[in-house]
Amino acid sequence: MSERKLLLGNDAMAHGLVESGCSVVASYPGTPASEILSGVALWRERYGVPMHVEWAVNEKVAFEIAYAAAQSGLRAATAMKQVGLNVASDPFMSAAYLGVTGGFVVISADDPGPHSSQTEQDSRLTAMSAKVPVLDPDSPNQARELIAAGFELSEAFRVPVMLRPTTRVCHANQDILPGPVAPSERTAAFVKDPTRWAATPVFRHKLHLELEEKLAGIAAWEPTAPRLLNPGVSSGKALVASGVAAAHAREVLEDLGLRDVIPLWQVVQPYPLHTAFVERLLADYDEILVLEETTGVMELQLADRHRVKGKRSGFVPEVGELSPELVERLVAAFAGIPAAPSVAPPTGGGRRPTLCPGCPHRASFHAIKRAAPKGIYPSDIGCYTLGLNLGGVDTVLCMGAAVSQAAGFYHAYKLSGQVPDIVATIGDSTFFHAGIPPLIDAVVQDARFVLVILDNATTAMTGNQPTPALGWGAGGVPTATVDMEGLVKACGVRFCRSGEPGNLPAFTALMKEAVAFARTDGLAVVIARQPCVVDRTYTGERPPKRAVRVSDACNGCRFCTTQFECPALVYDEETKRVVVDTLVCSKCGVCVDVCPRLAIEEVGK
Amino acid sequence: MTGGEQLIISGVGGQGILFVTRILAETAIRNGMPVMTSETHGMAQRGGVVISHLKAGEFSSPLVRPGRADGLLAMKEENIALHRHFLRPGGWIVANASRVPAGLEGHLVHVIDADALALEIGSPQAVNLILLGFALARLTDAGLFCSTHQVIATIERRLGEKGALRAASLKALRLGMERAEA
Repeated sequence: MSERKLLLGNDAMAHGLVESGCSVVASYPGTPASEILSGVALWRERYGVPMHVEWAVNEKVAFEIAYAAAQSGLRAATAMKQVGLNVASDPFMSAAYLGVTGGFVVISADDPGPHSSQTEQDSRLTAMSAKVPVLDPDSPNQARELIAAGFELSEAFRVPVMLRPTTRVCHANQDILPGPVAPSERTAAFVKDPTRWAATPVFRHKLHLELEEKLAGIAAWEPTAPRLLNPGVSSGKALVASGVAAAHAREVLEDLGLRDVIPLWQVVQPYPLHTAFVERLLADYDEILVLEETTGVMELQLADRHRVKGKRSGFVPEVGELSPELVERLVAAFAGIPAAPSVAPPTGGGRRPTLCPGCPHRASFHAIKRAAPKGIYPSDIGCYTLGLNLGGVDTVLCMGAAVSQAAGFYHAYKLSGQVPDIVATIGDSTFFHAGIPPLIDAVVQDARFVLVILDNATTAMTGNQPTPALGWGAGGVPTATVDMEGLVKACGVRFCRSGEPGNLPAFTALMKEAVAFARTDGLAVVIARQPCVVDRTYTGERPPKRAVRVSDACNGCRFCTTQFECPALVYDEETKRVVVDTLVCSKCGVCVDVCPRLAIEEVGK
Repeated sequence: MTGGEQLIISGVGGQGILFVTRILAETAIRNGMPVMTSETHGMAQRGGVVISHLKAGEFSSPLVRPGRADGLLAMKEENIALHRHFLRPGGWIVANASRVPAGLEGHLVHVIDADALALEIGSPQAVNLILLGFALARLTDAGLFCSTHQVIATIERRLGEKGALRAASLKALRLGMERAEA
């Protein structure tokens, strides 16, 4: 590939992995990191490179698979989002002590904003806590370059290395000239060394001492040292920036006419911060402004409260993205010059995210509310979290928690003998990821609730990656399958039935049966099975199309637009009636059974 | 920043905003310009507002600052009010709307009812390319960094192996171009 090509940040990182001779990559999808593994699968196929590339069942499993390859001397990587790293934090913390043989890059993508996450946490803090060096790219191209630097650093010091991109790196596109691909000639060679790989606490103490020595060396490692982006500028003030904040700062300095006035240091390795750099900063400058997302990780390591302005000093907000307009205001204030007047965005307006027209989850939530109108509805992480718009989701904590929270609500209420109906919802991919252990626990503890597994045959939220039930993996390669019903029954569940939510009357009846079973007999599982409407990978049968229209019987009560909230049903202020937006209607026909006045009818019936 | 151009492309999930952004970005590369874009993914994309930033020229930040965009391509009328604050004074607006909304003084505004045209040709998903074709034809003098011919070349290269999709895409683009002349 010799011409400049528009690459998504995640694809650029994927190319960087293949360029660097990485042999094993495992991931679980999570926005904004989801496209990294699919990119690797694509490049692997295009270049014909022998690699093991897999969508693992969760991030902990993905981490451990890739780590074992790095223990065997190969280059390996795992990719996840910041909350995914929480799932993998157990092996992450330990892997730093044990170290690696081949290069190991852990990509953990953060989501300042947040745009599509439960938290704004900073993976660099987790890296600090684990004592793992971290690299912080400012752009898709730098992310690609830092993959190579990460492998070199990892192999030089035999430690895992974290690459921490953010949404604005992962989901930015840039013209990139990718490097040549050189397939690895290494073969796996695991060298037994139980005092390291199976270290007992006594040896862990020794490993910790070794790790501290490594970190001191990494803090002096030239290839990842901070870079002065505008050499030759001298001032009493300096800017220190990492990640996309460095890219914003560079452009802002230019626009404010400060490029030749204030030196801008870009830190690509925010932890451990280079020792000589810290000394130089504190010796050379009177005032230092630190720009970084999301937490003050560099600032923490610049222990001089009087000279350093940043998040801990209160100068830079600790919450939300460092947008370029915010960086402009901060830099202008720091330089003591007037900033351009800020242009405020309009308040209100816009549309909140909602389930797609024809999404089977909308029907599932409708049936759940009919079957248990006064129920408690724990839910989970995925598209179906948007069921909260419909009043079908009461709590969302983290992957798999719908099941354990449902059990927790049951046990809590049972103490006072007043157990409400509890109906939990979880997606198929999330169920495989983290729903099985809590289901076993709930059965063993005789927790009584209904668990609805919303099986749309894909991981929809993150772009339709496969689940273990489907029989194909990364890049479309065939895989073995796991049978969901068999799994549920093997967990000891006695009521396990499946239904098609698009057939609303029948599915509502099934939900009522399940609720009745849970009241008297125990845990019930309903598998709501219908394919995702936007999944282009789905090849099976789809429900027949049912075009609808609104008849004169519509009195504008808006039950369908507020309780069912399909984007294709629109209330017309002029006629005071609901109309079907045929531009977006998917012809699922479910709304026919939703209107209390039977005013929505199937065309041709 | 001389010679650079900053655009905001906005609409709602499912309208193909990312595709239009990619076509423009790839055209910029063919014109020898560095390019960066920034997209919306994940939950925000499900029926919610989708915005993409496109910067062609010597930039380093992937995001457009408010008050600095040269143009706004709005796939829905409601997105004009939502994202107009990104425009610099004198910046252009091309929108999918049935008539020019009031209160847009200081901007060059062009509208086309792309929804109606898409329904007319029985292709509801063609709104994005109808609007793009219309914008390219109307903005010849406003200094857009690429021409209709270059965009057609990009679409042909990108969808070269997908015959039906390629034909439908070019048809939609040309429909927008034709209506711009009317």
